[in-house]
Parts: sequence; structure tokens; C-alpha cells
Amino acid sequence: MNSLGEALRGAVDLLFSGDTTLGGIVALSLAVSLSAVALATLLGLPLGAAIAVGRFRGRRALIVLLNALMGLPPVVVGLLVYLLLSRAGPLGDLGLLFTPPAMVIAQTVLVLPIIAALCRQSVEDAWIEYEEQLRSLGAAGVRAALTLIWDIRFSLVTAVLAGLGRALAEVGAVIIVGGNIDGVTRVMTTTIALETSKGDLPLALSLGFILIALVIMLNAAAHLIKEAAQRRYG
Amino acid sequence: MASAHGILPLKLNDLRFDAGGRTIIHGISAQITAGPATIILGANGAGKSVLMRLMHGLLRPTSGSIDWHGQAEPRVRRGQSMVFQRPVMLRRSALDNILYALKLARVPAAERKGIAMEALREVGIADIAHRSARVLSGGEQQRLALARAWALHPEVLFLDEPTANLDPGATREIENVIKAFDASGTKIVMSTHNLGQARRLGDEVLFIHQGRLAEQTPIETFFRQPASAEAAAFVKGELPWV
Repeated sequence: MNSLGEALRGAVDLLFSGDTTLGGIVALSLAVSLSAVALATLLGLPLGAAIAVGRFRGRRALIVLLNALMGLPPVVVGLLVYLLLSRAGPLGDLGLLFTPPAMVIAQTVLVLPIIAALCRQSVEDAWIEYEEQLRSLGAAGVRAALTLIWDIRFSLVTAVLAGLGRALAEVGAVIIVGGNIDGVTRVMTTTIALETSKGDLPLALSLGFILIALVIMLNAAAHLIKEAAQRRYG
Repeated sequence: MASAHGILPLKLNDLRFDAGGRTIIHGISAQITAGPATIILGANGAGKSVLMRLMHGLLRPTSGSIDWHGQAEPRVRRGQSMVFQRPVMLRRSALDNILYALKLARVPAAERKGIAMEALREVGIADIAHRSARVLSGGEQQRLALARAWALHPEVLFLDEPTANLDPGATREIENVIKAFDASGTKIVMSTHNLGQARRLGDEVLFIHQGRLAEQTPIETFFRQPASAEAAAFVKGELPWV
């Protein structure tokens, strides 16, 4: 049994050795999660804003559903996407299962409700302040929603970050649709899970460090951007 | 400008508005004609703001009707703008805030910048055209709101207590812009509870008391001999004028 100290030493050695396997895993993780978050942002912001300013039947039920979907279990999302993409599934012909694009799809499904729900809340708060002015100027519906998204863009960074945090940290969905294939679909979280069960704690731990450091850096950068923007734009 | 093709006069027919189980506006009928600057006067909570929002179309009356001079909806919308007590500015430059309004009003792209700069000069804030609108002072933001309205060249301008949050210096500047609007032929409909301001800017008064129209009289008559007991009490109670 390794002690924590040994694992730590091993992790630090590995981090500074310029190991290409490690680099590849980190790069794939970032590529998959950033792609998924980009897609989910593109879809989720307009969706959230539309629900925020729209007045239609079933709106309240939709909001409750969207909020509930924020807590989607990754393994369930993985399973559903697996069924869609598997040979016998409706999208089986695309041959995407066990490829990075499949992982992007699964994470997009997972992150979309988070970004949409948080965006819905922010836009709705802003709408209370802007509604009369925008309606007076003649902006309604889609135009009003897009104006609000752009106007509170710095607050929406938080929603996108929440999505990114979720995507980078989840293991259940990517391991099912990606298959954790060495050099092909192996990402940080799946590697940590595998190496821990194999007993290679230094590799697992060093990936854990990188993961946490990345998340902190991304959040710090976003925070600084938001602060600077607030000073500039009010 | 008052013309045969304009949207004025505005007729309010037995206007009533309920909200939260309470009647805010009780059967107001009035006619707002082109020309005189109309002051909607009344105490806080009298229903001035709600009445303006009904006229501007931001609220739907519970019963009664609002008839703009037989014009279709898009023409009526374009013919009016409103300046609120607290202006809402978008997170972009002062100039871009006006450009945004012009774009919504379908002003051709090539003309927007010229019109917007002219409006900023008109209210005396051309020098801050490129500053972010949200970091401007309250007075500057309100002047920007007036510039935004100016750029749209409305036939009717609604102003909902436009100086309620401003200091005396800023108030004077805003009043000067409103006078310029009036002089240019724009119909002014402004709510206030400030008698001095009503006198400085108004030609006629609609006095609102507890959601009812107590009287509609020329400004001088209103101050000399108000027709309603409520107005008399209000004029007396508000002295000295500020």
C-alpha cells in the first residue's frame, strides 16, 4: 500500500518529467470539455433567455424541468447517448461510439441544462430591470433576449464556468460513451478512476492536481475578466 | 409636430386599471391635444406613473380605451417615446445606446450615427459619447435618455418624473432640454409632484387624485383658482415651491 507521501512525490516527478502520455490525456480532456461547453453555450444561452422573456403555456413546468436537469446523473446521460450511438441505435450508422465526438455529445447533453438554467435566472433578473425600457424602444421577443444576453455577458461567464467545471470533473458519461481507450478516449477523470483501481496512485494523483489547478485557473481568469469589465462598463 | 397625419389627439375613454385586487385608475376620461405641454400632477401614489404607462402602451387597461388619432399600431408606436424616472442604459457606450434605439426604429444604418451625435450635442453631452453609459452620473444618464428620445423624433414624449432622483443642478439641465423639446414642437406629457417644475414647464395640468382625474385646466388657472378641492389642498400643502 502506497503512502500519501510517496504518491505525492511520484506525482510531482511525473508532472515535471514532461511525460507525453500525461500531456495527451490533459489535452484530450480539455478538447472534449471545452468543445462540449462551447456547444452547450451556443444552444443554452438563447434557450435560457427565450424561456426568461417568453410568456407561453407550460413555462413554469419547463423551468422546473430545466432546473431539475441540472442534476442529471452523468452515468444516465452516458447510457442514453450510448444507446443512441451504439450500432443498433438510431445514430449508430455514424460510427461515433468510443470516439471523442461521442464524449463531446454526452458532455454537451450534461452541461446544456446547467448553462440554460443559470442563464434563464440571470436574464430573468435583468428583464425585470430592462423590460419597460426595451418595450418602450420596441424590442421584444428574440431581439430583447439577445440584447439581454449581450448586456449581461459578464455575469453569464459564471453560468458557462459552472458548465465547464461540471464537464471537466465528470467521469460517468465519458467513460460509458468513450470507453476509456488508451491514447484515444482516455481523459483525466477516467484515468484517475482506472489508475486508482490499478494502484498507480502517482499518476492518478498528479492528474488530480492538474485537474484542480486547471479549474482554479479558469475560475480566477474569469473572475478577473468580470471585475475588469464591471469597472469598465458598470 | 402637430399635423393632420399625426397620432394626436389622444383620447382616454373611461380608463380603468386594476392590479393586485386594487383599482389604481378609476375611470379617467380626457383628451390630450397637440400643442400645450401637459403636466400630470398629483401626490405620490395618485396613479400618475400608471396612467402614463397606460397611455404609452406598457400596460393594458382593465377596461376603457386609449385612442390615438385613428392611426395603426406601428405608426402609433413610432410616434411616441418615454423617459423614465430611472433611465435604463445598456452596457455599451452612450453613443451605442442611441444607435441601438435608432436601429430598433428602423432608421437606415447610414443615417444613424449623424442623428445620434446630433442628439447628444442637443442635450450637451457630445463629449461623453464614447464613455460607457452605465458609469455616467445620474444626471448624465438622464440627459442621455433624453438624447435617445430626441434622436427618435417622437411626436409625443412621455416623461415620468424625470428629475425625481436628481440634484438641483442636474434638474435644471434636464428642464432646459425638456423646454427645447417643447420648443421644437414635440408634445410633452410629463408627470411630476413638484409644483415649481409644473409651473416652469407646463401649459396645462391634469390633476390626479387617488386614481381619478380631479381636473384638467390651464396652468395659470390651476395655480390661481383650482377647480377641485383636492387640487386646492395640494397647491396649498406643497408651498413653498421648490
